[in-house]
Amino acid sequence: MEGISLILAIVVITALAFDFTNGFHDTANAMATTISTGALKPKVAVAMSAVLNLVGAFLSVEVANTISKGLVDESGIRPEVIFAALVGAILWNLLTWLVGLPSSSSHALMGGLIGATIASAGVGAVHGDVLVTKVLIPAIAAPLVAGIAAMIATRLTYTLGKKADGKAAAKGYRAGQIASAGLVSLAHGTNDAQKTMGIITLALVAGGTLAPDSDPPTWVILSAGVAIALGTYLGGWRIIRTMGKGLTDLQPQQGFAAQTSAATVILASSHLGFSLSTTHSVSGAVMGAGLGRKGGVVRWSTATRMFVAWGLTLPAAALVGALAEWVTNFGDWGTAVVAVFLVGSSFAIWKVSRREVIDHTNVNDVDETAEQESPGVVTTAMAAVTPPPTAAAAEELAATIPAPASPASTDPAPSQAAV
Amino acid sequence: MKIDWAALGSVFGVSLVVTVALVALFTLGITGLSRRERAAAQGGSAPLAVTGAYACFAACAAAVAYGIYLIVA
Repeated sequence: MEGISLILAIVVITALAFDFTNGFHDTANAMATTISTGALKPKVAVAMSAVLNLVGAFLSVEVANTISKGLVDESGIRPEVIFAALVGAILWNLLTWLVGLPSSSSHALMGGLIGATIASAGVGAVHGDVLVTKVLIPAIAAPLVAGIAAMIATRLTYTLGKKADGKAAAKGYRAGQIASAGLVSLAHGTNDAQKTMGIITLALVAGGTLAPDSDPPTWVILSAGVAIALGTYLGGWRIIRTMGKGLTDLQPQQGFAAQTSAATVILASSHLGFSLSTTHSVSGAVMGAGLGRKGGVVRWSTATRMFVAWGLTLPAAALVGALAEWVTNFGDWGTAVVAVFLVGSSFAIWKVSRREVIDHTNVNDVDETAEQESPGVVTTAMAAVTPPPTAAAAEELAATIPAPASPASTDPAPSQAAV
Repeated sequence: MKIDWAALGSVFGVSLVVTVALVALFTLGITGLSRRERAAAQGGSAPLAVTGAYACFAACAAAVAYGIYLIVA
């Protein structure tokens, strides 16, 4: 790692931190259905997902090589811009984790990148049409495609499987869920670990340490794979609970149909050149499976909160990214302020999360108290996070906090009613 | 701005067909195995159902293998 300047080292560490948040944010995509239907014990599920993520990270470097191309002009991108983008993405990932809402880590990263680029090079550097085709349309299409497929598949499996009962059926659905969840984990490792590799490589190229058009060095591949696997193993239990239990009540048949649909959509979309977000596909599939069973309900209040979070992901991460970039422009001390702010607010969010711990022991309990406490957690999150390390940083957080807080705190009543 | 509707459409079509086909095959396989379970409980056997079940599972396994191939390639 010789020849790496301080700012580059900071970018690399921040990128790995993002990778880590990406891991625990997205564990839910692969394992929420498996955990909530009891196909795998929570700890076993996250361990399996972590291993497959790690394996996936080593499978190819294609995604890493294409990251960031197209959306923003790479020419003249500085390490500080990437750093600012990562700050936006990490904070949004942590906030959505705190309120237990699944949202796309890729969108957070893209948002951060767009915001930081605008602050650094102006609006002209962002390709607006690419934004619509690569972000907006997929965000609407993914849950629809996966949801409709899961709904029809759920109907079908209940109809065809009327005579399937007993131990054989239970074992069968269990195996099916594990297989499809494994595929999603593997695909996630190849996609998302590589995004981090791409970011680090981009930063190294921007900093002049690597020649342009280099493949990611081995230490980058290794550290990115390990970071995402560790994050996955830690488990984003809050999001797993929302996806596995909050959106709808899943039976094994539904879990199987949902996970199969999600795995198919993810693989088909990346293979046919119309990339769809894993998070959006899985959430859509879970809701579709909920609608597909007779008497199944989808809790639209939770779903609405999730949709709002999706809509806010890109602008919120962009806003933080832009502000962070603006502060880093003041020079080295500005970068230091942003770094301290990132560490401080991450710690504050973690502190707040400890007030109501959700882990592998209670991930499947959705009880009245948890539902009642969730708005409380958000409000306290605001209170606890608002006094940040510096005044400049305060602006940033004040600007972002109301976003996830308002949808979460405005509808505790309907979500209780649904329960 | 050009939206690649053809790609989106094919993603939708392929996802729908593959998901439904896989889930149907797998469910049939499970149904076959349950039939064996029931037959075994009554002291008999159901060779046709079991053969069909394993054929279904083999098809599903092939699909998973193709999925892994897509991820690696």
